[in-house]
This record gives sequence, C-alpha cells and structure tokens, in this order.
Amino acid sequence: MKNFSLMRISIWVYLAIFFAYLLGPLVIMSVTAFNSPSFPRAAPWECLTFEWFSALFQDERILNGIKNSILVGLGTVTLSVAMGLAGALMLTQIWPKLRATYYTIIIAPILVPGVVIGISTLVFWDRVNRMLGLGADSFLSSGLFLTVIGQSTFIASYCMLVLVARLQRYDSALTEAALDLGASHAQTFRKVLLPFMRPAIASAAVLAFLASFENYNTTTFTFGEYPTLTIELAQKVRYGITPAISALAFIIVLLTVFAALFNEAKIRRQELVAAARKTATVEELETGKLRLPGFLSSNTAAVLLVVVAMATIAVVGTATVYSPAQCIADVKETKRLETELRIQQLRERRAQEAAQREAEQGANAPATDTAPKPSNDSGFGNVFNPGTLQDGGTETPEEEPDNSGDSSGSGSIFAPSNLQSN
Amino acid sequence: MSAGVGVNLENLWIRFGDFVAVRDANVNINGGDFFSFLGPSGCGKTTILRAVSGFLEPSEGNVLIGGNNMKGIGPNKRPTALIFQNLALFPLMKVWENITFSMEIKGASAKERRKRADELLDMIALSGQGDKLPSELSGGQKQRVAIARALCAEPDVLLLDEPLSALDLKLRQHMRSELREIQKRVGITFIYITHDQGEALTMSDNVAVMRAGVIDQIGDGKTIYNDPNTAFAASFVGENNVFRGTVKKVIGDEVMINTNRSGDLMARISSSNVGKMKEGDDAMLFIRPEAFSLAPLGTQGDHFVTAEVHKEEFEGNVFNIFMEGEGGKEMKVSLPNLGQSFESHKGEPMTLEYDVHNAVALPAGVLATE
Ligand SMILES: Nc1ncnc2c1ncn2[C@@H]1O[C@H](COP(=O)(O)OP(=O)(O)OP(=O)(O)O)[C@@H](O)[C@H]1O
Ligand SMILES: [Mg+2]
Repeated sequence: MKNFSLMRISIWVYLAIFFAYLLGPLVIMSVTAFNSPSFPRAAPWECLTFEWFSALFQDERILNGIKNSILVGLGTVTLSVAMGLAGALMLTQIWPKLRATYYTIIIAPILVPGVVIGISTLVFWDRVNRMLGLGADSFLSSGLFLTVIGQSTFIASYCMLVLVARLQRYDSALTEAALDLGASHAQTFRKVLLPFMRPAIASAAVLAFLASFENYNTTTFTFGEYPTLTIELAQKVRYGITPAISALAFIIVLLTVFAALFNEAKIRRQELVAAARKTATVEELETGKLRLPGFLSSNTAAVLLVVVAMATIAVVGTATVYSPAQCIADVKETKRLETELRIQQLRERRAQEAAQREAEQGANAPATDTAPKPSNDSGFGNVFNPGTLQDGGTETPEEEPDNSGDSSGSGSIFAPSNLQSN
Repeated sequence: MSAGVGVNLENLWIRFGDFVAVRDANVNINGGDFFSFLGPSGCGKTTILRAVSGFLEPSEGNVLIGGNNMKGIGPNKRPTALIFQNLALFPLMKVWENITFSMEIKGASAKERRKRADELLDMIALSGQGDKLPSELSGGQKQRVAIARALCAEPDVLLLDEPLSALDLKLRQHMRSELREIQKRVGITFIYITHDQGEALTMSDNVAVMRAGVIDQIGDGKTIYNDPNTAFAASFVGENNVFRGTVKKVIGDEVMINTNRSGDLMARISSSNVGKMKEGDDAMLFIRPEAFSLAPLGTQGDHFVTAEVHKEEFEGNVFNIFMEGEGGKEMKVSLPNLGQSFESHKGEPMTLEYDVHNAVALPAGVLATE
C-alpha cells in the first residue's frame, strides 16, 4: 500500500517535471510578452503592457514575413499533398518486389539535411533557368517558387508517410465496386478514394503547413525577395530581441491551443453523434426528429474552447482601453532614482580610490601593478562583462534605461550591462 | 428460354504466370437463369467471375454477354454488376447513397436518387434505414444493401461471389430463399458462386461443378446429384460412399465391379460414361447414404454389403450408422425414421442392400477432400 502511493507520487512528480520541461519555456515566453521592459523577461515584473503587440503589428518586416510564410505555406501544402498522394498511390500500385526500394528512395529527402536541399534547389533551378534562357527576374528564379519547390522536396515525403498509413487501410475492392457500378476511373478517384483519404489529407496538409512555416535551413538559401517569418526573425535576433517577438510567439501558442481544442471538440462531438445514432430508433432516423446532443453537452474540449475564446475577447477588449503609462512612468522614476544612486555611489568610490591611490603613491611609488580592480567585485565570473570595463573607465555612462533594446551598436547586444540597466 | 441476357464462356483460359487458374472453360448460361459455379476453395470460381465482370482479361478464349464479345471492354462498360465476397459497401456513404451510387455517376438528382433508394429499400425490407451508415447495419442487412446497390445499376447480369459465406446458418438459409425470390422478381441472369453444395442445389437452375480450374460437369441440381460425370463431382456434391475396384463385366449401361472390400457389386454407369468403361479398368462405385436399406444378416449378392458398425447416431428424421469403410474412412448409412424399432448393432456386422439403379459407377479419379 505504501509502495503503491509512493509510486503514484513519483509518477505525478515525473509528470510535473516533464510538463514543466515541455511547456515551461512557452509559458515564460508568453509572460514576457506582457511585461514592459524592452528586453523579454518575466521577472522582475514591472508593468502589464500590450505595447509589444502593437509594436508587433506595426513592424512591417514581421508582417511581411508572416504574409510570405503563409504564401509559401499554401504553395507547399498544395504541392506536397499532391505529390505525397501520388507517391502513396504509386506505392500501393507498384510491383511488390520494387516496393522497398521505391519506399527508400521516396523517404530519402527526409534524411538529407535541409541545407543541402536548399543549396541544390538553388543550383538546379538556376541551371534550368539559364538553359531556358530566362533572366534573373523570371518565375523560375523567384524566391516564392524556389522556396515552395525546395520545401516540398522533403515535406512531400512527410505527407506521403501520413497518406500511406491511411491508404493501407483502403480496401481496393471499393475501387472495383465503383468501376463495376459504371464509374469512370476519375469518378472513382473523386467519389470513393478521395473522401476516404480526406482525414489523412487534412492531417498531411496541417503537417505540411507547420513544417513549411517553421522551416529555416532550406528557406535561407531560396527565399530571394520573399523572406519568410523565420528568416525575418533570425535577421532580427541578430540585432537584438524585443518582447514583440514574444508577443508573436504568444499569438502562435494561442492559435495552436485554439486549433487543438477545436479539433478535440469536433472529434468528441462526432463520437457523441455516432453514439446517439446507434441508439436511435428507425422512426427517429426516418422522420429526422433525432435529437442530437448539444454542442457543449458532455464535451469538455468544447467548454474549454468557449472559455478560452471568451478570455481572449476579454483581454483584447481590455487591451484597447488599458494604458500602462502611469505604471511605466513610476517604474522609470524608480529606475532613475536607482541609477542616480548608483552613479552617486560610483563617484564616491572613485573619489575614495583616487584618495587612496594618492596616498599609496606618496608612500610606495613603484607598487602600482599590484592594485586590484576594485570594481570587479565578483571576480572570475565577470571577466567577460563589458560593464566591468566601463565601470573601471573614467566616464560614467549616461544610460537611458529604455533604448538598449533597439540600440544599433552591435557591441551592446551581448552586454549584460544593458540587462542590468533595464 | 426467357428474355434475359445470356453469358457464354468460349474456350476460356486464365493464367497467372505459369499457374493455370481456369483451363478451357466452356459454359453457356441462358438468359434469366440462376446459374451457380460450385467448387472447393481456390478452384478458380472468383477468377471466372472477374473475367465476366471485366476485371481480368482472359489469357485465351472469349467472354460473350448477350452474344457480344467483351474483349477490351472495361468493367464500367459491361452490363454486369458484381456483389463482392466482402460486399465492399462504401463506408463513408449512407445506405441510400450507396444504393444509388450508379445513378449519381450518371448525374441523377438527389431527389430522383432518394426516390429510387426508397423503392429498393422497400424491396429489400429495409424501409426507413436509408440514412444509416453501412457500419450501423447488421451482416444480413449489409448483404441486402449490397444486392440493392447492384440492382440499382439495372444490370443484365448479376454476379454474386459467395455473398452468404460470412453469415450464420439461420440467416444464410433465409437469404437463400430471399435471393431466389429477388431473382424471380427482377428476371435477370444471376451467376452465383459458392463452395456450399446445399446452396447451389437449392437455388440454381443449373450448376457447374469446378475442380482446380476445370469444369467437371454442368447440369441442373438433380442431374448433378444423381448422375455425376466424375468421381470428383460424385464426392463433392452431397455425401457419398466410395468403393474402389476394377471393372469385371460391362452389361449394357450396367457394370459389375470387383470392389476391394465387398466383392463383386453391380452399379449403373453414369450416363456420360456409358461405353467408356472397359473390363479391367480402375473404377469407383458410389452409393449415397440414403440409398441403403437393411437386409438379413449375411445375405450374399451383387447388391449387398456387409460391414461392422462403428457408431450410431439418432438425428430425428434419420438414423445414421457409421460402418467400417474403405481405407480407414467410415461408410455412412442413413435409414429414414419411420417409427420402426431400432436396436443397436454397435460392434456387430450388419448387411445392407441397395438398388442397383442408385449406385453409380465411374472411372477412378480424384476425390474431393472435404
Ligand atoms: N492475381 C492472382 N495472381 C496469382 N494467382 C492468383 C491470382 N488470383 C487468383 N490466383 C490463384 O488462382 C486460383 C483460383 O483463385 P480464385 O480466387 O478464383 O479461387 P476461388 O475458387 O474463388 O476460391 P474461394 O472459394 O476461396 O474464394 C488460386 O489458386 C489462386 O491462388
Ligand atoms: Mg473466391
């Protein structure tokens, strides 16, 4: 009995750690989207703000990146699902002895590094473009085309895997039955096979879109004049990161939650409807009087979906009227005071040092080298801290607390002093 | 015969690589007939049906439907409808959509289709169940939907591939008469495949008995049962007791066979083998269990058999007696229960008598293993 409960506790602990590991970073990142400091961080909490969302929606490059990502995603979904379906059908039709070989070949793009696919796509289509005698502005060298083609090379393989799994459960007698009843091959495909494949096609499309949306290493070679969101983000991060990116991440997380809940609710609903049909009498079915269960009844996912939707609407509502100006001003004020205090302390310390040095010079002139760096108070850990250098310098930086996030000097990106000053 | 469309197989050969699945089949099926192919598993029944419906091109020979050669005509262009061994109902379509699929293909409106579906649902006694999915039906109901779907296409020939094999015994018997009923009503040609000889005999106008790709005999049920062409047909259709031996003397259409275990026995030569059996040939003699009657113990003669009783069974309408048979197999005797007293003879010898006309002599051949 005791062992049993111990085991249960350890399972719960394990689960907690596991989910913390999985979801922790997302939660922290989401929190930073609402905190006012211009470097994304969750603690210390300063002011609740929605400015990063408006910053996000005013950022032309991010918006353009999203637009391009969606364009590329749609193209990739269309192409990959079509190719994946063709590949999957081929796999079931092909001469059995060749099947294993064919499978390996068609799966290979997944194993090839994305970078290689990116480069080879670029090189290949450049060749083709030249062979056709087209200029650098032709469709074949457009970033949109190249990115869709490049991504589809391996995303189509993912799609095929998903589709093959479903296709294996397809009874080819259904095709024969349709043909036997007078359908043409095209009609059979459209009316029998395609409806059967629909759930798998939907999964493959979602998978393809997500894979395309998050792709970086192939796209980085092919994007041309169509930088996608990941490309834009990567370029942005090079010049410093702001909570606007957290805001974007939060929106994506929220959309994912919505999609997941919606899907779950739909599945549950289908189950309930199927159960209701099972128990229905013939008369009920015939007269159409069958009372189907309401959308929310015994459907936790649906309830959650509605709750999350309400919460979102409420938050958006608050955001439009809420102004954190007062709070930010207060924080600024405290910070200004703090900075002043620090400057004061520094000045005092420096004066002390000067006095000490003078005294030492007077007493023992050659012993200057042994003087420790007094400001380097934490020793080894701060060796790379540029702040140490600054602190030791003669000039006191007049730091503006809020401008470090978009400061253009590359030297300050990794400067912890920026962090400290916020 | 009737106005229906007939089917002819002319010198039909079907090979899969080196394997011959159908060997030189010649069959004439009259329009409006209920025709069965009967044979054990793997003998090529489905293969023949697929050649008729157009899923398989014959390696040699022709399939004619209504006198027209079907060479090069695809399954969707033939006037046939096939009911698959596993039914193959479209799982995502409702029952009524399944039934009227052939109309949808031709672009009929939903209203027309619904109307036709309701008519057919009435016919198969499933009124009001049109909105169900196939998965929500019982086995027998699915069966009937498959039939309705095939009939909706208004085929000239309906092909049925062991449609009842998945059903339990009760339902199977019920569906047998129902199928026969439907066939009479719509008046089209039915080609029915089964390995169940009871099914074939009860439903069909004519039966073709198949063995390993070869058609042994074609005839109506009575002929097949009473006058088999080959040892295989004799042993596959119905129960039969076999006596092996050699031909001793041929007297007109009767023959004296020197059997291995019961001495000389007389039998009638099966009609297709009259004149073909010669003295000294290996032969087989078949006597049905119900063709025996009791005789005084120890009677000698060319239509008496004496053997030891192994087992006795009372089956209600008959007494079954299992006697020491040939090659370790039991010989079965069924005596009708006419209210007579019947004392056990277990472990004792018993003498039986048969009418020479009810014993069939055939050239020795392969027996059915079932
Ligand atoms: N596509 C094929 N390729 C190779 N051999 C085949 C093929 N289809 C059938 N056969 C062979 O042909 C023979 C006859 O098969 P068929 O399906 O016609 O049997 P059947 O009489 O319908 O049997 P059952 O009663 O079990 O359905 C079998 O030995 C089978 O192995
Ligand atoms: Mg078969």
